Amino acid sequence: MAQALNRLKESPSQTAGPYVHIGLTPNFCDITGVYDDDLGRVMVNDKTSGERITMAMRVLDGTGTPLRDALIEIWQADAHGLYPSPSERRGAADPNFQGWGRQATDMDTGLCTFETIKPGRVPFKDGRLMAPHINIWIVARGINLGLNTRLYFSDEETANAEDPVLARIEHKVRIPTLMAERKGGTYTFDIHLQGEQETVFFDI
Amino acid sequence: MSERLSNRPPETGALFARDRSWHPPAFTPGYKTSVLRSPQKALLSLDGTLSEITGPVFGHNILGELDDDLIHNFAKPGESAIGPRIVVYGRLLDERGAGVPGALIEFWQANAGGRYRHKKEGYIAALDPNFGGCGRTITGEDGSYAFRTVQPGPYPWPNGPNDWRPAHIHFSVFGHGFAQRLITQMYFEGDPMIWKCPIVRTIPDRAAIEQLIAALDMEATIPMDARAYKFDIVLRGRRSTMFENRLEGN
Ligand SMILES: [Fe+3]
Repeated sequence: MAQALNRLKESPSQTAGPYVHIGLTPNFCDITGVYDDDLGRVMVNDKTSGERITMAMRVLDGTGTPLRDALIEIWQADAHGLYPSPSERRGAADPNFQGWGRQATDMDTGLCTFETIKPGRVPFKDGRLMAPHINIWIVARGINLGLNTRLYFSDEETANAEDPVLARIEHKVRIPTLMAERKGGTYTFDIHLQGEQETVFFDI
Repeated sequence: MSERLSNRPPETGALFARDRSWHPPAFTPGYKTSVLRSPQKALLSLDGTLSEITGPVFGHNILGELDDDLIHNFAKPGESAIGPRIVVYGRLLDERGAGVPGALIEFWQANAGGRYRHKKEGYIAALDPNFGGCGRTITGEDGSYAFRTVQPGPYPWPNGPNDWRPAHIHFSVFGHGFAQRLITQMYFEGDPMIWKCPIVRTIPDRAAIEQLIAALDMEATIPMDARAYKFDIVLRGRRSTMFENRLEGN
């Protein structure tokens, strides 16, 4: 026997369930008057710097059916590649940018839309620049532990080709599962929970 | 949102690896909805970059006066929600045992009859016109938090032919890094329904399940008003950043 390390165990996760909206987007599910607005609904204002983009996301189950009870949160750097976080030590991020967004998928269509800006490049731990990307966290009924993935931009070929995280993906055929496709000012991104096109999820 | 809420220096170390054997696996056929919603390929392991170790911070300016009082935050003036009145309190800790200050905790639940205020809800139990079911708070300097509510009821749900959820409160928790993000549920000490629940049973280890059961604390009750349940929540810990010469809490 040796001394105990005295570490605690992380609280085990449980599904967010079908009524996650009550807690996280109450106005979205018609519980009004408790919070002025749903947290994370608006990420930008008219002073935010950077290119405005719309992201239209869906989460698809193993049959290809869009989830209509999922909740997605995103976390991204500002246009200069800085995160609005106390742990960001390289400089102050754009005060007019929230960096964090939260949206429920539409209860009829499963579509989930974020109005944001295209993020700048953030360094990997060894100083190489990662390609512009958005961090995604997905919870829903039937998901026992929130799923983490990243969205990259298909029109950033050069940056994507040198991205150290994408380079870690052994089966190159799976890289397109992380690419949002641009149509005008809108990027579309389908997240596949299962199947041949299963999205690359991360253990971060 | 980048408002500093603590006197502690910001943490910049990577997070401890997640012990995925302590969490429920993605594919848990006893909980039927997980079958088509569980990734089947291996996850890509990534030691935290800035994208994972940073995360949003919320200021007290987002909080309304009744956000931590579910008995009153949806009730008509002078009225209150029906049900056994309780206080839920505890600390938000990390795996090193340190309190996590300035962290947003959100909670939601069914009313005392087990009914949710949601258009997709199908249980015949009555709605309480004075109960919305959501609340939130921000942890103090030592990671402590508390809120008032009514004890939720158990409810049936479509899974097996006669599955019931034990009484529970859903918790959504932020740490300081996006990779600490966690959603879980709190159960109540002594409830025999806990051990019959297919969602509880997605957690493989009995000790892990016990970590989600709040203890009745009669010393923390408010006499003639509310009983108290204590529920501590643990988020992933962080490695110290040696170059900052901060070894405490390692
Ligand atoms: Fe529930």
